[in-house]
Amino acid sequence: MTTSKRNISCALLLGAMLFGVSSTHAAGGEITRGSIIASTCFTCHGTDGKALGSMPAINGIQPERLASMMQEFRAGSRAATVMNRHASGYTDEEIMEVAEYLGKLK
Amino acid sequence: MYNMNRRKVLKIMGAGGAASALATAGCSTADKSSGAQPHVVVIGGGFGGATCAKYLRRLDPNIRVTLIEQNTQYTTCPGSNWVFGGHRQMSDITFNYDTLVKKYGVRLLTARVDRVDAESKQVLLATGDKIGYDRLVVSPGIDFRWEYMDGYDQAATEIMPHAWKAGPQTTNLLSQLRSMRDGGTVIICPPPMPFRCPPGPPERASMIAHYLKQHKPRSKVLILDAKEKFSKMGLFRSAWKELYGDMIEFVPASKGGKISRVDPKTRTVYTEDGFTAHKGDVVNFIPAQKAGNLAAASGLTNQSGWCPVNQHTFESSIHPDIHVIGDAAVAGVLPKSGHTANNIAKMTAAAIVSHFRGVELPVPSHVNTCYSLVSPDYGISIAMVYRLEEGKLTQVKGAGGLSPMKADAKLRAQEANYATGWYDNITGDTFG
Repeated sequence: MTTSKRNISCALLLGAMLFGVSSTHAAGGEITRGSIIASTCFTCHGTDGKALGSMPAINGIQPERLASMMQEFRAGSRAATVMNRHASGYTDEEIMEVAEYLGKLK
Repeated sequence: MYNMNRRKVLKIMGAGGAASALATAGCSTADKSSGAQPHVVVIGGGFGGATCAKYLRRLDPNIRVTLIEQNTQYTTCPGSNWVFGGHRQMSDITFNYDTLVKKYGVRLLTARVDRVDAESKQVLLATGDKIGYDRLVVSPGIDFRWEYMDGYDQAATEIMPHAWKAGPQTTNLLSQLRSMRDGGTVIICPPPMPFRCPPGPPERASMIAHYLKQHKPRSKVLILDAKEKFSKMGLFRSAWKELYGDMIEFVPASKGGKISRVDPKTRTVYTEDGFTAHKGDVVNFIPAQKAGNLAAASGLTNQSGWCPVNQHTFESSIHPDIHVIGDAAVAGVLPKSGHTANNIAKMTAAAIVSHFRGVELPVPSHVNTCYSLVSPDYGISIAMVYRLEEGKLTQVKGAGGLSPMKADAKLRAQEANYATGWYDNITGDTFG
């Protein structure tokens, strides 16, 4: 393989990684503020938000809807046991980034 | 603790099979940050280590991850108090590493580690074998400060079980509770701070009282505490009165709760400099704690007995190529809990992958959610959100807090339901 061909192969591979040819690993491999905060949600809501048992699942929800639920928890206008106490810890921007990440997880 | 023979040590399960796993596990000592397949070794298969191994592979399947754990199964401390309450069995709180191996391609090495040699980047096994790494994560849990209490040593744990590492100690305490006479006294002696799971002792008192109320209603639970206060104190005490009347008595250090010595032969603990003796039918003595022995043996602890770390990446402040996570790490104001260990593990996995990718790690945010059961259908919780401020993890003002003091039975039952939901999900996120 020539150097230029190798560079093209690398570029294609990089492109595939960045744009997520493998959707499973694309979401799993992301390291952003949204994905990192979302991973802290998984402790209670299951890996990738796919909850087990009595906890509500939080994956694949339309981002605007999830963000508005979080804002309602924060404002105290939505009934909660613990989510009102958590939601107060995040800005609107962070909530939206988390909601967008979780929305991608099917 | 047991000695491994060489055949057992070489029994590595993993995607690549035993031979190739050992070859890849053992050969890598150079920094492969820019290389093809960096090798990360994780020591300790509890909430910190198991989660970190899983999330490293999720974030980057190109990274070779070897998890070294001395036992083939892990019994969780969270949920272990529920065994005393009678609504969970030991089998419900015991997990293995099959999913980490089969689904996530983690290489599992069942072996005991003697220590880490940070200079040569090698993990030294009890057998004499050495495992090289590019990056190391140490999640050694806790060990006990035996020197802290006159009379309490390894032999005493059989008579006055601590049950603060779940497993045979839990079974021992359970068996003593089951065979105790009605009208007996159960003494619980919580340790001084810092220790694993601050709300653990009052939850244990609750679960034991729940059992006694049904089966031995003339009995008592006496908590002799080295401290003045305990986690969720107002909520617990209010619930105790409501559910158990006067069955549980709490004695703080200043009122004679501080223990000066113990006598396992007679199941007696002495307070007030030895002037007062409390004889128990069952004594649950929980010793003072420090980072797991492996941390000190590897030079990762400071004079406190715990491991100072960079609270962004969880790299050791002493050996920056080594990340220390879980209860052993000093993580700002984060409590030592399975929940924070699971959170920190994910942040550490992200830090390691970011390091290999040569990109900056976003600033972290952590949470802790801690549910306690006062009875199987009465749950309470504390929640906190934490951020990195000037290098230290601190509580986010205005967020978090306790369950309300005044609440109806429905809310308490909802929280009890979520307590078991939390358990199902954290164990699934860690081992599944």
